[in-house]
Amino acid sequence: MKVGLGTREVEVRRPFLSAAWWDRQRKVLRLALIYGALTLGAIVSLVPLYWLVLTSLRPTGGEFTYPPQWIPSSLHFENYAYVFDRAPFLTYTRNSVFVTVVATIGTLISGSLAAYAFARLRFIGRDVWFAVMLSTLMLPYAVTMIPEFLLFRILGWLDSLWPLVVPYWFGGGAFNIFLMRQFFLTLPTEMEDAARVDGAGPFRIYLQIVMPLSGPALASVVVFSFIHHWNDFLAPLIYTNSPGQRTLALGLRYFADEQITQFNYTMAASTLMLVPVLILFFVANRYFVRGIATSGLAGR
Amino acid sequence: MAVASPLPGSVRRRRIRWREHAVGYAFLAPWLVGFFAFVAGPMAASALLAFTDYNVILPPRWVGLSNFQALAQDQRFYLSLYNTAYYTFLGVPAQLAVALALALLLNTRVRFADAFRSAYYIPTVAPVVASIYLWVWMFNYDYGLINALVRLIGLAPVQWLWDPQVTKISIIIFSLTRVGTQMIIFLAGLQGVPDELYESAAIDGANGWQRFRSITVPMISPLLFLNLVLGIISSFQVFTVAYIATKGGPVDSTLFYVLYLYHHGFQNFRMGFASAMAWILFAIIMLFKIVQFRMSRYWVYYESGTSGAGPRASR
Repeated sequence: MKVGLGTREVEVRRPFLSAAWWDRQRKVLRLALIYGALTLGAIVSLVPLYWLVLTSLRPTGGEFTYPPQWIPSSLHFENYAYVFDRAPFLTYTRNSVFVTVVATIGTLISGSLAAYAFARLRFIGRDVWFAVMLSTLMLPYAVTMIPEFLLFRILGWLDSLWPLVVPYWFGGGAFNIFLMRQFFLTLPTEMEDAARVDGAGPFRIYLQIVMPLSGPALASVVVFSFIHHWNDFLAPLIYTNSPGQRTLALGLRYFADEQITQFNYTMAASTLMLVPVLILFFVANRYFVRGIATSGLAGR
Repeated sequence: MAVASPLPGSVRRRRIRWREHAVGYAFLAPWLVGFFAFVAGPMAASALLAFTDYNVILPPRWVGLSNFQALAQDQRFYLSLYNTAYYTFLGVPAQLAVALALALLLNTRVRFADAFRSAYYIPTVAPVVASIYLWVWMFNYDYGLINALVRLIGLAPVQWLWDPQVTKISIIIFSLTRVGTQMIIFLAGLQGVPDELYESAAIDGANGWQRFRSITVPMISPLLFLNLVLGIISSFQVFTVAYIATKGGPVDSTLFYVLYLYHHGFQNFRMGFASAMAWILFAIIMLFKIVQFRMSRYWVYYESGTSGAGPRASR
């Protein structure tokens, strides 16, 4: 595009008026706007977390200052010791770890079996069961919550961790099954066919060929399962009662309700609960993204 | 379905096919047991309980429709529905707008896109209980960060969690910090839009807004609609934030549906009544599913559109 600016000499003398110059300015401005917006978003997103950690290190009563103090004058790590002193956080942590690990293993085993059946095996009623499974994604927890509570009451499992763990050994949730099935479908069938010709049965093919190839999908399931069980509040609230059975989410609530006027301790306890999730997030970032991108298909 | 498995020889066909069915169900067995024990069975039980009076100690007593009749007379039931609808229909569009805006920003292929994406996603994975206490503190009237900001721009501080006019808005604001999942779904959709479309539109002289309106929105409309419906469904089940931050108050302004259901089921132990409430929730959610199914034919653009929805999709 030529913007009749006259002779070439004029362009050289006043390059800032040329079309190319304007074009470049617009590109720079656009980039500046985008980076500005991105940075603003990151600040809005992360400042609360900074505030969380900052408050957790304030002296008792020191969190109540106005205007807010962005750079602390002293750091009180003893708040964390106090948290462990006042509440059985080690027990809560142990319970949360137990629930998270055992439920995740159950999800991986039982879920991948179902996913393999849906992806590769041929049997009567498969597509019907697959549709049924997907429809359970839409089922509100409130509908099954009460009879499940009554079921576990009959089994004598109330106020124990079993209701938080055992259901996940029976499928582990439609979302996870769907995620693994989608991945299994992308695997080339040649190796499985070759193994079948060599006389391997379906279970051996599943265990020795499909599962070792499915690392990324299994990692996504581990990540989502970890987050779900570590963060879950409603199920522990319903099923557990005594301090010895509380998970971290529930223990944090009791602790915070006790310390309602002392935010530094509540924030310290919250930080403790957040740290493992952050570590997992940074280690397995891409499995979050990939898993969610797959899950976007589930609702279609 | 693209399931390639070599057809077995015709002689042994019958036996092998029978075995194949058995193998399939063997793999499916754990899930099937779970489905009947933890989904289908409880659903059937819940459907029966809805017509009973059951306080866990005495055996259930059949009361016909009286749970539903009691609900029809119950002012707090209607209030909880109103609160939930308010939260949903104001909150979900706001959540989608934030998620889409972030996804569009991330899709500009800038440097450090991964770092920015992580920054936006982290609040979503943070344990919800910890986030809630953080925001209770942020919403603190005298010393919270939000009111410090409000004062900074010269406005009067707000009773975020104590003014019944404001509490639902506060909870919506909190929900906006946890839209990372929707954001990533949008981002995946945006990355799937072919560049050629934008290039040819740019050649035709379409400006940024026109390109967004006529290319981006139609191309990601299935995901927009998916996030809308999933958002509505999960918003209707909002519980934890109200249970912890406001306990349903003040003056029932955050008494959401599932919170009210929880009060009946697990504090008053009126299991029948709570089951009746659960089925009304189920009906509402099914209604949204049906609307989704009906409406997606009209304005959602699927590339392989079967219903001839084609290019008029951008309405």
